[in-house]
Amino acid sequence: MVDELLTVSTLIGILHSCVRLATPYLFAALGETFGQRSGVLNLGVDGIMLMGAFFAFYVVFEGHSLWVGVLAAIVIGVLMGLLKAFVSVTMQSLQGISGIGLYLFGLGLSSLLFKTLIGSVEGVSGFRQLPIPLLSEIPGIGHILFNHNALVYLAYLMVPVSWFVINRTTLGLKIRAVGHNPEAADTLGVSVSGVRYTTLMIGGALAAVGGASLSIGLQNVFQENMTNGLGFIAVALVYFGSWRTVGVLGGALLFSLVNALQLWVQALDIPVPSEIAVMMPYIMTIVVLAFTARQIQKPAALARSYERGE
Amino acid sequence: MLRRVISTWLIILLLLAGCGGSDEDAEGEAVGGEGEPFRIAIVMPSSTTDIAWSQSMFDSLMAVQAEMGGESALKLAYSEGMFRVTDASAAIRDYASEGYDLVIAHGAQYGNSVFEIASDFTDTSFAWGTSSDTGAERGFENVFAYGAVANEGGYVNGVVAAMLSKNDVIGVIGPVAGDAKLYIDGFVRGVKDVKPEAQVNISYTGSFSDTTLAAEAAHVHIQAGADVLTGSAQQVVGAIGVANENNVAWLGTQSDQISLGPDVVVTNQIYNWANVVVDMIGKIEAGELGGTAYRLTFENDGLRLEFNENIEIDDEVKEAARAAIEDIKSGAVDPVLPEDE
Repeated sequence: MVDELLTVSTLIGILHSCVRLATPYLFAALGETFGQRSGVLNLGVDGIMLMGAFFAFYVVFEGHSLWVGVLAAIVIGVLMGLLKAFVSVTMQSLQGISGIGLYLFGLGLSSLLFKTLIGSVEGVSGFRQLPIPLLSEIPGIGHILFNHNALVYLAYLMVPVSWFVINRTTLGLKIRAVGHNPEAADTLGVSVSGVRYTTLMIGGALAAVGGASLSIGLQNVFQENMTNGLGFIAVALVYFGSWRTVGVLGGALLFSLVNALQLWVQALDIPVPSEIAVMMPYIMTIVVLAFTARQIQKPAALARSYERGE
Repeated sequence: MLRRVISTWLIILLLLAGCGGSDEDAEGEAVGGEGEPFRIAIVMPSSTTDIAWSQSMFDSLMAVQAEMGGESALKLAYSEGMFRVTDASAAIRDYASEGYDLVIAHGAQYGNSVFEIASDFTDTSFAWGTSSDTGAERGFENVFAYGAVANEGGYVNGVVAAMLSKNDVIGVIGPVAGDAKLYIDGFVRGVKDVKPEAQVNISYTGSFSDTTLAAEAAHVHIQAGADVLTGSAQQVVGAIGVANENNVAWLGTQSDQISLGPDVVVTNQIYNWANVVVDMIGKIEAGELGGTAYRLTFENDGLRLEFNENIEIDDEVKEAARAAIEDIKSGAVDPVLPEDE
């Protein structure tokens, strides 16, 4: 039985599933990383994802192209990020609670719009599998990494891009400074609010595209609350990855790997009780968190509002 | 200070906006008409458009309302998305205290709440399912129970799956082990009765609403060789999307799922609660507030098997499905458990 799991084709299948499953987590968690590195905790990611998923779906459902759908998600994501920034940065409300408010707002509004504008669960033709020429021909690796839809590639492309922006650009320096010591950054003429508005808009856009990756990429339907709390796991992945993009990538892949593994274990009828199989990703997460509970990179000003000294 | 006040209000507004829209009258206020309309309220775990469990009841209620002559005869109110039992419990109590004639708690998880509230509102009728427990032996007289004998349609879908599958590998995507057991047991039995050698791979996502994992489970089954898929609960929308993309046959249950996969959904087992609702209304109007446990079967038209008219299906398959339904009705087949287990 277990040897069935260890055949090459099964292993390739598991890794292929893993790479695809990590997509929405990656978008959302990378976006959240921007916000948290600048000192803003946004728990509303799931709500933003739902809004992104809905608008991308709706635009495609109305006959527009898939990329217009992605653009719609980006626009709504930026708007949701602006809303969060207004409440958390300008109004300086408690970040955790306003994030939950944003989540419920996104959940409720996406459901309401879905009921009003579409009404029943419908399908669209989403992003198709796009094998990358030559690379997808490589045995094993080719199928695992280079035989996915465009949004999957985009998610992985965002990892080095995010790393570069955070670690190698002036904006990134400002983000890190604001997240670490907003008073000092302010003294040096960096606009704390400006930077936090920017990171929340970037984060909103990425989360919304993560939502779109579900509704017009991986599932090609929209259903109320279709993210099912995925955005909250994305927030946890940022902690898991110690606020580093590579750590976030590792966390997303590990979580997805265990998820893929449990699906395959069940499908191949390997005698593990399904309850245990379903628990595997969460058990794994707790175990890894217990062993890697380092907070060396934690932005010192995380979840703290900044008000210029009076 | 002003800032804090404004931000507090903003948060409250956000919360209110977020919570809105889940609790509403289906038809607005009833307008005049002769006599008081019969009033039914329903509390559902998922949405009225889940193309599964909740929608099956909602569609049936709408059909009964249309049949009875609209909102002047039957007034409906509903609360959806009540996956938290404490929220559902509050909604059930609200509806009972607002004087609804029948309050339907559409989920097995609401059982404790129903009995607790039913003992406080003995003049109000309650119904809940999936269950066969009306509490009669504990002295309750105002509780109906209902459930679907889902293994019947499961069996027929199994027969269809076995005949459609060329690889003899069939994938099943369940929500939580146990809940979909009846359907899946019937399904496996149906497959094995036609093709004992066929392989049925079953996976559970551990959730009713995890569409992402259900979609991935569909991918996994397809990669493992399955060419026919089925599954239950509202999470299956993700899986049907994947079946659609890969052009793999899908067999639905609970509600009509053709809209999602016009080219791949072959059959649907549909739960038709209309007769149950009509019977309950009759009993309540005659002063009998509970005590009956209803079961949807093919025999009583509570279960229906509908073929997708838009795609071509072999007459042989249709004939086998019809024969299986007749066998179940006549008792020649008892679709309980796979024979070899």
